[in-house]
Amino acid sequence: MKQYGKICSTAMSLPEKIMTNNDLTKIFETSDEWIFSRTGIKQRRIAVTETTSSLCTEVARQLLQNEGITPLEIDFIIVATMSPDYNTPSVACQVQGNIQAFKAFAFDISAACSGFVYALSLAEKLISSGSYQKGIVIGGETLSKVLDWQDRSSAVLFGDGAAGVFIGADSTPSFLLENLQADGSRANALTSGYQRNNSPFFTEENKKSGHLKMDGRAIFDFAIRDVAANIAATLKMSDFHAAEIDYFLLHQANQRLIEKIAKKTKISREKFLTNMNKYGNTSAASIPILLHENVANGTLKIGMQQKVMLTGYGGGLTWGSILIKL
Amino acid sequence: MIFEKIQAIIVEELGKEPEEVKLTTNIQEELDADSLDLFQIINEIEDEFDVKIESEDGLATVQDLVSYVEKAQA
Repeated sequence: MKQYGKICSTAMSLPEKIMTNNDLTKIFETSDEWIFSRTGIKQRRIAVTETTSSLCTEVARQLLQNEGITPLEIDFIIVATMSPDYNTPSVACQVQGNIQAFKAFAFDISAACSGFVYALSLAEKLISSGSYQKGIVIGGETLSKVLDWQDRSSAVLFGDGAAGVFIGADSTPSFLLENLQADGSRANALTSGYQRNNSPFFTEENKKSGHLKMDGRAIFDFAIRDVAANIAATLKMSDFHAAEIDYFLLHQANQRLIEKIAKKTKISREKFLTNMNKYGNTSAASIPILLHENVANGTLKIGMQQKVMLTGYGGGLTWGSILIKL
Repeated sequence: MIFEKIQAIIVEELGKEPEEVKLTTNIQEELDADSLDLFQIINEIEDEFDVKIESEDGLATVQDLVSYVEKAQA
Protein backbone atom coordinates (compact mmCIF):
# COMPACT_ATOMS: atom_id res chain seq x y z
CA MET A 1 0.00 0.00 0.00
CA LYS A 2 1.21 3.49 -0.83
CA GLN A 3 2.45 5.40 2.21
CA TYR A 4 3.06 9.08 2.92
CA GLY A 5 5.17 11.02 5.38
CA LYS A 6 3.47 12.62 8.34
CA ILE A 7 4.61 14.84 11.20
CA CYS A 8 3.84 12.82 14.34
CA SER A 9 5.35 14.96 17.11
CA THR A 10 7.64 17.91 17.81
CA ALA A 11 10.39 18.79 20.30
CA MET A 12 12.81 21.61 21.03
CA SER A 13 15.92 22.36 23.04
CA LEU A 14 17.28 25.81 23.85
CA PRO A 15 20.48 27.06 25.49
CA GLU A 16 19.96 28.09 29.10
CA LYS A 17 21.50 31.55 28.76
CA ILE A 18 19.03 34.31 27.92
CA MET A 19 20.54 37.46 26.46
CA THR A 20 18.23 40.49 26.47
CA ASN A 21 18.53 43.61 24.33
CA ASN A 22 19.71 45.40 27.45
CA ASP A 23 22.53 42.87 27.84
CA LEU A 24 23.65 43.81 24.31
CA THR A 25 23.97 47.46 25.32
CA LYS A 26 26.92 46.38 27.50
CA ILE A 27 28.79 45.14 24.40
CA PHE A 28 28.14 47.95 21.92
CA GLU A 29 26.08 51.09 21.60
CA THR A 30 22.47 50.13 20.99
CA SER A 31 19.17 50.17 22.87
CA ASP A 32 16.23 47.93 23.56
CA GLU A 33 13.96 50.43 21.78
CA TRP A 34 16.21 50.55 18.68
CA ILE A 35 16.41 46.78 18.36
CA PHE A 36 12.78 46.06 19.20
CA SER A 37 11.28 48.70 16.90
CA ARG A 38 13.30 47.45 13.93
CA THR A 39 13.12 43.71 14.51
CA GLY A 40 10.50 42.77 17.11
CA ILE A 41 13.26 41.00 19.06
CA LYS A 42 13.48 41.42 22.86
CA GLN A 43 15.84 38.59 23.78
CA ARG A 44 17.59 35.54 22.38
CA ARG A 45 19.21 32.35 23.72
CA ILE A 46 22.99 32.11 23.49
CA ALA A 47 24.91 28.84 23.74
CA VAL A 48 27.57 28.84 26.47
CA THR A 49 28.13 25.16 27.18
CA GLU A 50 25.71 23.84 24.56
CA THR A 51 26.69 23.03 20.97
CA THR A 52 24.64 22.50 17.84
CA SER A 53 25.04 18.74 18.27
CA SER A 54 24.14 18.76 21.97
CA LEU A 55 20.97 20.78 21.34
CA CYS A 56 20.00 18.54 18.42
CA THR A 57 20.70 15.41 20.47
CA GLU A 58 18.31 16.62 23.16
CA VAL A 59 15.64 17.24 20.51
CA ALA A 60 16.12 13.71 19.16
CA ARG A 61 15.88 12.21 22.67
CA GLN A 62 12.60 14.03 23.28
CA LEU A 63 11.22 12.87 19.95
CA LEU A 64 12.02 9.25 20.82
CA GLN A 65 10.28 9.75 24.14
CA ASN A 66 7.24 11.34 22.44
CA GLU A 67 6.92 8.33 20.18
CA GLY A 68 7.73 5.70 22.78
CA ILE A 69 10.10 3.94 20.40
CA THR A 70 13.65 2.63 20.67
CA PRO A 71 16.55 4.34 18.86
CA LEU A 72 17.10 1.31 16.63
CA GLU A 73 13.70 1.86 15.01
CA ILE A 74 14.85 5.14 13.44
CA ASP A 75 15.58 4.87 9.70
CA PHE A 76 17.13 8.29 9.12
CA ILE A 77 18.19 11.51 10.81
CA ILE A 78 18.47 14.78 8.88
CA VAL A 79 19.78 17.96 10.49
CA ALA A 80 19.45 21.34 8.78
CA THR A 81 22.17 23.68 10.00
CA MET A 82 24.57 26.41 8.92
CA SER A 83 26.49 26.26 12.19
CA PRO A 84 27.54 22.62 12.68
CA ASP A 85 30.16 21.63 15.26
CA TYR A 86 32.37 20.31 12.43
CA ASN A 87 32.32 20.15 8.65
CA THR A 88 32.63 16.45 9.31
CA PRO A 89 31.24 14.56 11.15
CA SER A 90 27.79 15.91 10.39
CA VAL A 91 25.62 16.99 13.28
CA ALA A 92 23.18 14.26 12.22
CA CYS A 93 25.89 11.59 12.69
CA GLN A 94 26.80 13.03 16.09
CA VAL A 95 23.13 12.82 17.06
CA GLN A 96 22.89 9.27 15.68
CA GLY A 97 25.85 8.23 17.84
CA ASN A 98 24.62 10.07 20.92
CA ILE A 99 21.18 8.45 20.86
CA GLN A 100 22.57 5.16 19.54
CA ALA A 101 20.26 5.02 16.54
CA PHE A 102 22.68 2.73 14.76
CA LYS A 103 20.29 1.58 12.04
CA ALA A 104 19.69 5.14 10.84
CA PHE A 105 21.56 6.83 8.03
CA ALA A 106 22.31 10.43 8.90
CA PHE A 107 23.37 13.61 7.15
CA ASP A 108 23.15 17.42 7.36
CA ILE A 109 21.78 19.73 4.75
CA SER A 110 22.98 23.25 4.12
CA ALA A 111 20.21 25.62 3.11
CA ALA A 112 20.61 28.30 5.78
CA CYS A 113 17.29 29.59 7.13
CA SER A 114 15.35 27.51 4.59
CA GLY A 115 17.08 24.36 5.82
CA PHE A 116 14.23 22.94 7.85
CA VAL A 117 11.72 23.32 5.01
CA TYR A 118 14.16 21.75 2.55
CA ALA A 119 14.90 18.91 5.00
CA LEU A 120 11.23 18.28 5.68
CA SER A 121 10.53 18.06 1.95
CA LEU A 122 13.30 15.51 1.58
CA ALA A 123 12.20 13.49 4.61
CA GLU A 124 8.66 13.22 3.34
CA LYS A 125 9.97 11.87 0.01
CA LEU A 126 12.05 9.24 1.83
CA ILE A 127 8.98 8.00 3.67
CA SER A 128 6.63 8.20 0.70
CA SER A 129 9.16 6.22 -1.38
CA GLY A 130 8.11 3.29 0.74
CA SER A 131 11.71 2.46 1.68
CA TYR A 132 11.67 4.02 5.16
CA GLN A 133 9.18 4.27 7.99
CA LYS A 134 10.55 6.54 10.69
CA GLY A 135 12.71 9.63 10.52
CA ILE A 136 13.91 12.55 12.58
CA VAL A 137 14.25 16.02 11.05
CA ILE A 138 15.91 18.76 13.12
CA GLY A 139 16.84 22.40 12.53
CA GLY A 140 19.64 23.36 14.91
CA GLU A 141 21.98 26.34 15.17
CA THR A 142 24.53 28.04 17.35
CA LEU A 143 24.82 31.16 15.23
CA SER A 144 26.40 33.06 18.13
CA LYS A 145 29.72 31.47 17.13
CA VAL A 146 29.69 32.92 13.59
CA LEU A 147 28.52 36.40 14.54
CA ASP A 148 30.81 39.39 14.52
CA TRP A 149 30.15 40.63 18.07
CA GLN A 150 31.55 44.04 17.11
CA ASP A 151 28.95 44.50 14.37
CA ARG A 152 25.83 45.75 16.07
CA SER A 153 23.80 45.68 12.85
CA SER A 154 23.97 41.88 12.64
CA ALA A 155 24.82 40.67 16.17
CA VAL A 156 21.47 41.86 17.54
CA LEU A 157 19.47 39.76 15.10
CA PHE A 158 20.41 36.15 15.79
CA GLY A 159 20.04 33.50 18.45
CA ASP A 160 20.76 29.83 19.15
CA GLY A 161 18.45 26.84 19.49
CA ALA A 162 17.19 23.62 17.98
CA ALA A 163 13.88 21.93 17.33
CA GLY A 164 12.56 19.16 15.18
CA VAL A 165 9.87 16.70 14.23
CA PHE A 166 9.38 12.97 14.12
CA ILE A 167 8.20 11.83 10.69
CA GLY A 168 6.29 8.61 10.36
CA ALA A 169 4.27 6.81 7.68
CA ASP A 170 0.55 7.22 7.10
CA SER A 171 -1.89 5.93 4.51
CA THR A 172 -3.15 9.37 3.49
CA PRO A 173 -1.07 12.34 2.33
CA SER A 174 -0.59 15.20 4.79
CA PHE A 175 2.03 17.06 2.75
CA LEU A 176 -0.24 18.71 0.20
CA LEU A 177 2.10 20.86 -1.83
CA GLU A 178 5.54 22.40 -1.88
CA ASN A 179 7.31 25.14 -3.75
CA LEU A 180 11.08 25.25 -3.09
CA GLN A 181 13.33 27.77 -4.79
CA ALA A 182 16.94 29.01 -4.89
CA ASP A 183 18.91 31.78 -6.58
CA GLY A 184 22.68 31.43 -6.40
CA SER A 185 23.22 34.66 -8.34
CA ARG A 186 22.41 36.50 -5.11
CA ALA A 187 24.70 34.32 -2.98
CA ASN A 188 26.70 37.28 -1.67
CA ALA A 189 23.68 38.88 -0.02
CA LEU A 190 24.17 36.61 3.00
CA THR A 191 27.38 34.73 3.73
CA SER A 192 28.84 32.93 6.71
CA GLY A 193 31.76 30.64 7.44
CA TYR A 194 33.98 31.65 4.52
CA GLN A 195 37.07 29.41 4.37
CA ARG A 196 40.11 30.52 2.43
CA ASN A 197 42.67 28.26 0.80
CA ASN A 198 45.34 27.14 3.20
CA SER A 199 47.75 24.94 1.23
CA PRO A 200 51.54 25.51 1.11
CA PHE A 201 51.01 26.94 -2.39
CA PHE A 202 48.64 29.62 -1.20
CA THR A 203 50.37 32.89 -0.45
CA GLU A 204 47.81 35.57 -1.14
CA GLU A 205 46.82 37.53 1.92
CA ASN A 206 43.05 37.20 2.16
CA LYS A 207 41.41 39.21 4.89
CA LYS A 208 37.87 38.07 4.17
CA SER A 209 36.37 36.97 7.47
CA GLY A 210 34.21 33.98 8.20
CA HIS A 211 31.68 36.00 10.17
CA LEU A 212 28.08 36.12 9.15
CA LYS A 213 27.56 39.05 6.78
CA MET A 214 24.28 40.31 5.45
CA ASP A 215 23.32 42.94 2.91
CA GLY A 216 20.30 44.27 4.75
CA ARG A 217 18.57 45.92 1.84
CA ALA A 218 19.09 42.99 -0.55
CA ILE A 219 17.68 40.57 2.02
CA PHE A 220 14.79 42.89 2.80
CA ASP A 221 13.96 43.11 -0.92
CA PHE A 222 14.27 39.34 -1.26
CA ALA A 223 11.93 38.71 1.65
CA ILE A 224 9.17 41.05 0.66
CA ARG A 225 9.35 40.37 -3.07
CA ASP A 226 10.38 36.75 -3.60
CA VAL A 227 9.10 35.22 -0.38
CA ALA A 228 5.75 37.00 -0.63
CA ALA A 229 5.50 35.85 -4.27
CA ASN A 230 6.35 32.28 -3.26
CA ILE A 231 3.59 32.23 -0.64
CA ALA A 232 1.08 33.68 -3.11
CA ALA A 233 2.12 31.20 -5.82
CA THR A 234 1.95 28.24 -3.43
CA LEU A 235 -1.55 29.26 -2.40
CA LYS A 236 -2.58 29.59 -6.02
CA MET A 237 -1.18 26.16 -6.86
CA SER A 238 -3.14 24.71 -3.94
CA ASP A 239 -6.56 26.05 -4.95
CA PHE A 240 -7.04 27.09 -1.33
CA HIS A 241 -7.97 30.62 -0.45
CA ALA A 242 -5.73 32.19 2.22
CA ALA A 243 -8.72 32.17 4.58
CA GLU A 244 -8.78 28.37 4.40
CA ILE A 245 -5.21 28.08 5.71
CA ASP A 246 -5.22 27.99 9.50
CA TYR A 247 -1.72 29.37 10.08
CA PHE A 248 1.38 30.55 8.28
CA LEU A 249 4.66 29.68 10.01
CA LEU A 250 7.37 31.80 8.43
CA HIS A 251 11.05 31.80 9.25
CA GLN A 252 11.38 34.18 12.20
CA ALA A 253 13.84 36.75 10.92
CA ASN A 254 12.14 40.02 11.70
CA GLN A 255 8.67 41.09 12.84
CA ARG A 256 8.61 43.96 10.37
CA LEU A 257 9.26 41.61 7.45
CA ILE A 258 6.32 39.47 8.51
CA GLU A 259 4.07 42.55 8.67
CA LYS A 260 5.16 43.53 5.15
CA ILE A 261 4.75 40.01 3.77
CA ALA A 262 1.24 39.82 5.29
CA LYS A 263 0.35 43.14 3.70
CA LYS A 264 1.84 42.22 0.35
CA THR A 265 0.09 38.84 0.17
CA LYS A 266 -3.15 40.32 1.59
CA ILE A 267 -3.26 37.56 4.17
CA SER A 268 -4.66 38.42 7.60
CA ARG A 269 -1.78 39.25 9.97
CA GLU A 270 -3.40 37.11 12.69
CA LYS A 271 -2.68 33.99 10.66
CA PHE A 272 1.09 34.52 10.96
CA LEU A 273 2.43 33.01 14.16
CA THR A 274 5.52 34.70 15.61
CA ASN A 275 7.97 34.25 18.48
CA MET A 276 11.11 36.08 17.38
CA ASN A 277 10.59 38.41 20.36
CA LYS A 278 11.93 35.57 22.55
CA TYR A 279 14.49 33.89 20.32
CA GLY A 280 15.67 36.26 17.57
CA ASN A 281 16.54 34.72 14.22
CA THR A 282 17.59 31.12 14.85
CA SER A 283 17.99 30.30 11.13
CA ALA A 284 17.09 26.66 10.39
CA ALA A 285 15.73 26.23 13.92
CA SER A 286 13.18 29.04 13.78
CA ILE A 287 10.32 27.22 12.03
CA PRO A 288 10.49 24.03 14.11
CA ILE A 289 10.80 26.10 17.33
CA LEU A 290 7.68 28.03 16.30
CA LEU A 291 5.94 24.79 15.34
CA HIS A 292 6.82 23.10 18.61
CA GLU A 293 5.78 26.05 20.78
CA ASN A 294 2.41 26.24 19.09
CA VAL A 295 1.84 22.50 19.35
CA ALA A 296 2.78 22.71 23.04
CA ASN A 297 0.41 25.63 23.72
CA GLY A 298 -2.47 24.00 21.82
CA THR A 299 -2.70 26.52 18.96
CA LEU A 300 -1.69 23.73 16.58
CA LYS A 301 -3.09 20.24 17.05
CA ILE A 302 -1.37 17.34 15.35
CA GLY A 303 -3.92 14.96 13.84
CA MET A 304 -6.67 17.60 13.62
CA GLN A 305 -6.07 18.32 9.92
CA GLN A 306 -5.26 22.00 10.40
CA LYS A 307 -3.83 23.45 7.22
CA VAL A 308 -0.48 25.08 7.87
CA MET A 309 2.03 26.65 5.51
CA LEU A 310 5.72 26.52 6.50
CA THR A 311 7.89 29.06 4.68
CA GLY A 312 11.65 29.35 4.99
CA TYR A 313 13.93 31.93 3.41
CA GLY A 314 17.58 32.78 3.76
CA GLY A 315 21.13 32.47 2.52
CA GLY A 316 21.85 30.84 -0.79
CA LEU A 317 19.59 32.48 -1.56
CA THR A 318 17.10 29.75 -0.75
CA TRP A 319 13.41 29.93 -0.04
CA GLY A 320 10.33 27.79 -0.18
CA SER A 321 6.98 26.80 1.25
CA ILE A 322 5.37 23.52 2.21
CA LEU A 323 1.64 23.23 2.75
CA ILE A 324 0.70 20.50 5.20
CA LYS A 325 -2.37 19.11 6.87
CA LEU A 326 -1.13 18.73 10.40
CA MET B 1 2.69 63.20 -11.30
CA ILE B 2 5.86 61.49 -10.06
CA PHE B 3 5.67 63.52 -6.85
CA GLU B 4 2.02 62.61 -6.25
CA LYS B 5 2.73 58.91 -6.67
CA ILE B 6 5.77 59.01 -4.39
CA GLN B 7 3.80 61.06 -1.87
CA ALA B 8 1.06 58.42 -1.91
CA ILE B 9 3.61 55.63 -1.36
CA ILE B 10 5.15 57.45 1.62
CA VAL B 11 1.73 58.25 3.09
CA GLU B 12 0.75 54.58 2.77
CA GLU B 13 4.01 53.13 4.10
CA LEU B 14 4.50 55.49 7.03
CA GLY B 15 0.86 56.15 7.91
CA LYS B 16 1.28 59.92 7.48
CA GLU B 17 -1.04 62.65 6.18
CA PRO B 18 -0.36 63.90 2.61
CA GLU B 19 0.26 67.44 3.97
CA GLU B 20 3.22 66.12 5.94
CA VAL B 21 4.95 64.84 2.80
CA LYS B 22 6.35 67.77 0.81
CA LEU B 23 9.17 67.91 -1.72
CA THR B 24 11.54 69.32 0.89
CA THR B 25 10.64 66.78 3.57
CA ASN B 26 13.55 64.71 4.86
CA ILE B 27 12.07 61.22 5.12
CA GLN B 28 14.15 59.79 7.96
CA GLU B 29 14.58 62.96 9.99
CA GLU B 30 11.16 64.60 9.60
CA LEU B 31 8.90 61.60 9.15
CA ASP B 32 10.60 59.44 11.75
CA ALA B 33 11.28 56.67 9.24
CA ASP B 34 14.00 54.12 9.96
CA SER B 35 16.16 52.26 7.46
CA LEU B 36 13.59 49.49 6.98
CA ASP B 37 10.88 52.08 6.23
CA LEU B 38 13.20 53.64 3.65
CA PHE B 39 13.88 50.20 2.08
CA GLN B 40 10.16 49.64 1.80
CA ILE B 41 9.52 53.04 0.24
CA ILE B 42 12.33 52.46 -2.27
CA ASN B 43 10.97 48.99 -2.99
CA GLU B 44 7.49 50.39 -3.73
CA ILE B 45 8.94 53.15 -5.92
CA GLU B 46 10.91 50.55 -7.89
CA ASP B 47 7.72 48.59 -8.53
CA GLU B 48 5.58 51.64 -9.28
CA PHE B 49 7.96 53.24 -11.80
CA ASP B 50 9.75 50.09 -12.99
CA VAL B 51 13.16 51.54 -12.07
CA LYS B 52 16.10 50.05 -10.16
CA ILE B 53 17.46 52.05 -7.24
CA GLU B 54 20.86 50.48 -6.55
CA SER B 55 21.69 52.40 -3.40
CA GLU B 56 19.75 54.44 -0.90
CA ASP B 57 22.79 56.70 -0.40
CA GLY B 58 21.96 60.31 -1.18
CA LEU B 59 18.23 59.73 -1.04
CA ALA B 60 17.20 61.83 1.95
CA THR B 61 14.36 64.08 0.86
CA VAL B 62 11.23 63.49 -1.20
CA GLN B 63 12.81 65.70 -3.86
CA ASP B 64 15.81 63.31 -4.01
CA LEU B 65 13.45 60.43 -4.80
CA VAL B 66 11.48 62.41 -7.39
CA SER B 67 14.71 63.53 -9.12
CA TYR B 68 16.05 59.98 -9.10
CA VAL B 69 12.93 58.63 -10.81
CA GLU B 70 12.86 61.54 -13.30
CA LYS B 71 16.48 60.81 -14.28
CA ALA B 72 15.92 57.06 -14.45
CA GLN B 73 12.95 57.53 -16.75
CA ALA B 74 14.58 60.17 -18.97
